[in-house]
Amino acid sequence: MNHANGSAVAGSSSGSGDDLAPRRNSKRPKYSRFTQQELPACKPILTPKWVISVFTLIGVIFVPIGVAALLASNNVVEIVDQYDDKCVPPNMTNDKVAYIQNATFDKTCIRTLQVLKNMSQPIYVYYQLDNFYQNHRRYVKSRNDEQLRKASQANETSGCDPERTANGAPIVPCGLIAWSLFNDTYKFSLDNKNLTVNKKGISWKSDRDHKFGKDVYPKNFQNSSVIGGAKLDPKIPLSEQEDLIVWMRTAALPTFRKLYGKIEQDLKEGDSIIVTLENNYNTYSFSGKKKLVLSTSSWLGGKNDFLGIAYLAIGGLCFFLAVAFTVIYLVKPRKLGDPSYLSWNRNPAGN
Amino acid sequence: MARRGKKKNGLRWSKIYSFACIRPNEVLEDEQASSLGGPGYSRIVHCNQSHLHRQKPLKYPSNYISTTKYNVITFLPKAIFEQFRRVANLYFLLAAGLSLTPISPFSPFSMIAPLAFVVGLSMIKEAVEDWRRFMQDVEVNGRNVSVHKGEGQFEYKQWQKICVGDVVKVEKDQFFPADLLLLSSSFEDGICYVETMNLDGETNLKVKRSLEVTQALEDDASFKDFTATIRCEDPNPNLYTFVGNFEYERQVYALEPNHILLRDSKLRNTTYVYGVIIFTGHDSKVMQNATKSPAKRSRIEKKMDKVIYVLFTILVLISVISSIGFAVITKTKMPNWWYLQPKNDAGLYDPSKPVASGLAHLVTALILYGYLIPISLYVSIEVVKVSQALFINRDVLMYDEETEKPAHARTSNLNEELGQVDTILSDKTGTLTCNQMDFLKCSIAGVPYGVRSSEVEIATEKQMASEASVSEIESAHGTTDIVDRPQKPAIKGFSFEDDRLLHGNWVREPTAGIIRLFFRTLALCHTAIPEPNEETGGFTYEAESPDEGAFLVAAREFGFEFCRRQQSSVFIKEKYSPSGDPVEREFKLLSLLEFNSKRKRMSVIVRDEESGKILLLCKGADSIIFERLSKDGRMYLNETKQHLNEYGESGLRTLALAYKVLDESEYSAWDTEFQRAKTNIGPDREALVEHISDNMEKELILVGATAVEDKLQKGVPQCIDKLAQAGLKIWVLTGDKIETAINIGYACSLLRQGMTQIRLSIENDDLLAQDVNKAAKENILMKLTNASQMIKLEKDPHAAFALIIDGKTLTYALEDDIKNHFLSIAVECASVICCRVSPRQKAMVTRLVKEGTGKVTLAIGDGANDVGMIQEADIGIGISGVEGMQAVMASDFSISQFRFLERLLVVHGHWCYKRIALMICYFFYKNIAFGLTIFYFEAFTGFSGQSVYDDWYMLLFNVVLTSLPVISLGVFEQDVSSEVCLQFPALYQQGAKNLFFDWYRIIGWMFNGLYTSIVIFFLSIGIFYNRIFRAGGQTADMAAVGTTIFTCIIWAVNLQIALIMSHFTWIQHFFVWGSIVSWYLFLVAYGSSSPTLSGNSYKILGEALGPAPIYWLSTLVVAAACNIPYLVHISYQRVSHPLDHHVLQEIKYYRKDVEDENMWKREKVRARQRTKIGLTARVEAKFRQFAGRLSKKEKVPSSPSLSSSTNIQNPQ
Repeated sequence: MNHANGSAVAGSSSGSGDDLAPRRNSKRPKYSRFTQQELPACKPILTPKWVISVFTLIGVIFVPIGVAALLASNNVVEIVDQYDDKCVPPNMTNDKVAYIQNATFDKTCIRTLQVLKNMSQPIYVYYQLDNFYQNHRRYVKSRNDEQLRKASQANETSGCDPERTANGAPIVPCGLIAWSLFNDTYKFSLDNKNLTVNKKGISWKSDRDHKFGKDVYPKNFQNSSVIGGAKLDPKIPLSEQEDLIVWMRTAALPTFRKLYGKIEQDLKEGDSIIVTLENNYNTYSFSGKKKLVLSTSSWLGGKNDFLGIAYLAIGGLCFFLAVAFTVIYLVKPRKLGDPSYLSWNRNPAGN
Repeated sequence: MARRGKKKNGLRWSKIYSFACIRPNEVLEDEQASSLGGPGYSRIVHCNQSHLHRQKPLKYPSNYISTTKYNVITFLPKAIFEQFRRVANLYFLLAAGLSLTPISPFSPFSMIAPLAFVVGLSMIKEAVEDWRRFMQDVEVNGRNVSVHKGEGQFEYKQWQKICVGDVVKVEKDQFFPADLLLLSSSFEDGICYVETMNLDGETNLKVKRSLEVTQALEDDASFKDFTATIRCEDPNPNLYTFVGNFEYERQVYALEPNHILLRDSKLRNTTYVYGVIIFTGHDSKVMQNATKSPAKRSRIEKKMDKVIYVLFTILVLISVISSIGFAVITKTKMPNWWYLQPKNDAGLYDPSKPVASGLAHLVTALILYGYLIPISLYVSIEVVKVSQALFINRDVLMYDEETEKPAHARTSNLNEELGQVDTILSDKTGTLTCNQMDFLKCSIAGVPYGVRSSEVEIATEKQMASEASVSEIESAHGTTDIVDRPQKPAIKGFSFEDDRLLHGNWVREPTAGIIRLFFRTLALCHTAIPEPNEETGGFTYEAESPDEGAFLVAAREFGFEFCRRQQSSVFIKEKYSPSGDPVEREFKLLSLLEFNSKRKRMSVIVRDEESGKILLLCKGADSIIFERLSKDGRMYLNETKQHLNEYGESGLRTLALAYKVLDESEYSAWDTEFQRAKTNIGPDREALVEHISDNMEKELILVGATAVEDKLQKGVPQCIDKLAQAGLKIWVLTGDKIETAINIGYACSLLRQGMTQIRLSIENDDLLAQDVNKAAKENILMKLTNASQMIKLEKDPHAAFALIIDGKTLTYALEDDIKNHFLSIAVECASVICCRVSPRQKAMVTRLVKEGTGKVTLAIGDGANDVGMIQEADIGIGISGVEGMQAVMASDFSISQFRFLERLLVVHGHWCYKRIALMICYFFYKNIAFGLTIFYFEAFTGFSGQSVYDDWYMLLFNVVLTSLPVISLGVFEQDVSSEVCLQFPALYQQGAKNLFFDWYRIIGWMFNGLYTSIVIFFLSIGIFYNRIFRAGGQTADMAAVGTTIFTCIIWAVNLQIALIMSHFTWIQHFFVWGSIVSWYLFLVAYGSSSPTLSGNSYKILGEALGPAPIYWLSTLVVAAACNIPYLVHISYQRVSHPLDHHVLQEIKYYRKDVEDENMWKREKVRARQRTKIGLTARVEAKFRQFAGRLSKKEKVPSSPSLSSSTNIQNPQ
């Protein structure tokens, strides 16, 4: 900076630029609509027309669906019978747990169900458990799918804690889920005739075919000191033990129903069904309810008013919003693209 | 060019100059010698014996340089360390580590894979960037230079191979490979010209000179037996100091900075030099100076971090709730849950140890709810920013044809910051101006010549014309095409147009004699040397400043071609001599009175060899010249003053010219005195010389004045106008003199008539040293108080203030006790110009603005002197048009022209800001919506840490299923098109005011996420609770419920983003709808994979959910319910409180801008921020003047040196 006698080329020194001429524009970005961010685009904006028609459209679609869903739900006939308390002998009601845990007591229990509406077959039989945390992490994890699939993997019991081995041998099927298999049984009779309960096909086909092996037989099951739930017939392969397959599909919520079987016979209004049940399963420890459910189904599944109501509510809300916006647009019209709404026009003092 | 081998052109520069160069090489004095060898001064260099430096103890580092951040070995540890400095990443690392333990709710793979992906991607980016740096280093290290290998032979060696003590020969236009001691050059007196643009940003050449004793080493052979020893300072970063001595032939000589050639500067106009290497590689001063550019983060990202902390808080909160819940349930209820075998090896679920279980569960919960923290946010932002940067790089409208340089986003971290700038701090030379002077006008003998207008005048006229006619439609591309001049000046440095003077017509003017004198002054009064240009046959001039060059070109065009300089004579080819034929006239150069910043003038005393007359020709600042006029020399004073005022207002640099006739005796009497003074060795030599020069330059006769246009870069006034309309404040920080800075202020319309200029400068430097500080401070404080008083009392809404401050004053103003006071005034002023500021002060001013106002600052500059400011500002922009790359290397963005700043900020900045802001908000929304559903589910599982979703769903949620739409939002969203952005710069304020990323909005989005999570979870659960969901009687298990909820989430968040977007190209459509489709595709693929992998999700869609109408119906109702509130919100907002871009979108949608052009045009005018600077403001002020012409007159400030003189010298 201190060099007072510096000198700079101020005259024309154009010569140096010439040799660059041939490779001119080499660095010029290539034009394309993409790189220039000029791709054709639709730029929808929410005009009143759009807003009102969107809300109306949702309403128009949702309300009929809601109505249809409610109708379907209404057609479903459901019989629910809670039997956990009723099936304990009156002298044992003070200590239900002792009753259920004592194998010497007779657990047979007779219940009568009244059919209030015609039920057309198939009638699904469910058991419903309450307050049973099938979704508890300790429980959910306690299984081994490999072992269930292949006979060769019988020793594969990892993850099955604390129900892996008994008497030094691996348990098949291992894990808490299988160990705690539901073991109440139901027999139905109508007018002294047995109602056969079809227990085939109550599980997913894919489960039977691919997840529970045809050559895998229960081994060493329920042989440990504490017996959990049902025992399995060691001669029947797992793929045919459908109660187990259904049970192994752990439920998402602590209240759940599981399919027990199907009654493939219509029931008439006024029929009364005698249920002979074996009340074996201990829900008394954790004060869980046990219910027996008979239900028909519709295209929507079982009884489900919630869905219909949700649809009606939201459809209705949208109709209301469509009206509300119409009113707003009428009462307080704003011409679209009206420049007087621009900030510089609204507060001319500048902002 | 071809000047090689034509050694010596016979000129000894040291003899032309009057006094500046006469400094004999003195043999070292004792006290200087004593400091050498001490600490900090221990370096010994054995010249020409580099083998001594290849081993200890004198082994110095090699000349290999490395600017990379990593090397092969350090890359992994260092880069990984960098990655895990981000809190979120560290959290995920911990989570991944814990996922290997049984307390993790997820499989290790689902934790580690996303983290590895995210971190890996960032690391690849780092690696690529570092590789580029490495390649750059390889290129530099591999350059060749000619090195003495012994026996007088030179050979080429790579830069990295050379060593301290080597003698190198550097040829013209080559860079110096290391810091050298100059030994000799192709010039006889051992001088050479050096371009230091890479070091300090100055474009003018510097002269370096060798010691006289080494000047004799003038060819290769003479180095055969050359030995010498240098003792000097240790490596340090001071560019302008050097302490050392040189032992040669048993004599010791002192070395000065002037003997040293620094690495990264370039040899110019000198065929070759020999030098010996002193500092190599990282020891060299420029490398010592290199500071690591600070890592900058945008405000949005910093705020985002805060939001992430908020999310962490929420995370911890719900985790604590979970673990307390878990502990309580484990303690009280779990003993009864026999199916869990609580007594048997319960581990984490031990009812007897609820506290321990609870604590372990806290960790589980922290991992489980980790989906609240968007792991992919960082990586998505990186991807988006890199794509945005690509768009910036590829923008054709920011490509400069002349320099062939496109815009370049060197870091992509700050894209969105571009949309929030509040203050622009700009360098002047090279940024606003081209550093090219064009001779434009002159006033001779009171007559103004030159019809062409300056750029600012042309621009003003255009603007006025367009204001006046409503029908005129401005081009959509803003500034680029307005600026073209009618015709480009054919001659660089000369855009004068007036037939009265050109083509010899001046001879017929009534004042031809004075005109001739005027031109001769231009041709004679300078220190340039001519260089024949073989291509054109004419001359190019090596002048020390561009305006001097412009004068010479002008003189040539007028017919006075300066063609030869000898030791004591100047030759001029006069085309229009009285005889009619071109003649070459010789003028004997008797004396030359140098320019310096204090004198502000230079004079030559010449004898016309033909007539024998002795003339003193003087040019200088008008104020200086005017006070030195003789009584009868003031003939044209008033007219000239008036012209100078006009020139000054149109931003031209002006100089006044004067002369005086001397008689022989008068001159010789003065000369003896002058010579005596010059040879006087003593402290007062310079004062004496000055005093005597001063005596001579008196009683002058005014000839006229020149007006040179400091050419602005293309489109600068229009760009500044647009930026001002966008509400940006513009500060100019320049190293130039106050007068020059003011000229440019006018030229850029940062200053105009009717503005009150507040000038802060300290004149009196004669005070005693200890009083100076205090007095100066008090002085400034008083001025500041006055100014703030004045601003407060100003009632006129149109009043505008400009603050002009010089470097010396700034040193005080930047001191802690005054700086806030200073800043508060500066902020009030419409424009701020700081002159004569050092690079350091530039950085300090930038910091003051940044920290004082808390707003986003942008610094733009082209030279190394701007590096500090560029690094200090929130955003640094380098001008890449010129050769020096220092500023660009330090910058965050580089553009080749100032005018591209408009598009960069108003279009790209605006877009990027909105994109990133929307994107981050959406990210928070989406992760809250998803993450909280996991929490709700916990309440149903006894807080056991079980997730309702399959691990794979969770894994894919952030990485695949919802990432592409949000990236497309971040990359492609446009609220309005680029044309509208440019037409309505006021839209820019949306970013500057941060409308889209304030806490109100962020929290709004979080609540939207909360709402969505509640709706999704509870609606789905309500639908599936305890119910038969298939006609076949099956009930839903956890996999079915989880998949349904997840489907609802995918729909809800993707519909949400579709509602956010206002610009759908096929890409957005593809990504948004494609994400939804890909979810189903995934389900199909996952369901058909081996059941070992998919578990309960095996065939979930095909067998279980697909045939169930309830699955599809629940998706529909949940997705609708989630988005209705947002839809209502935006619909209502548009009805009642539309934002500017909403209205503009509507105008465009209905094509109202085409149908009602007047309205569109009118709005464009109205949309302008009420600016006080820029062309528009200038024009408006003019209109007001025309219209009103009220009593405003007295408010127009008396700006005394409005038409100030220009330098013929660079700032010292």
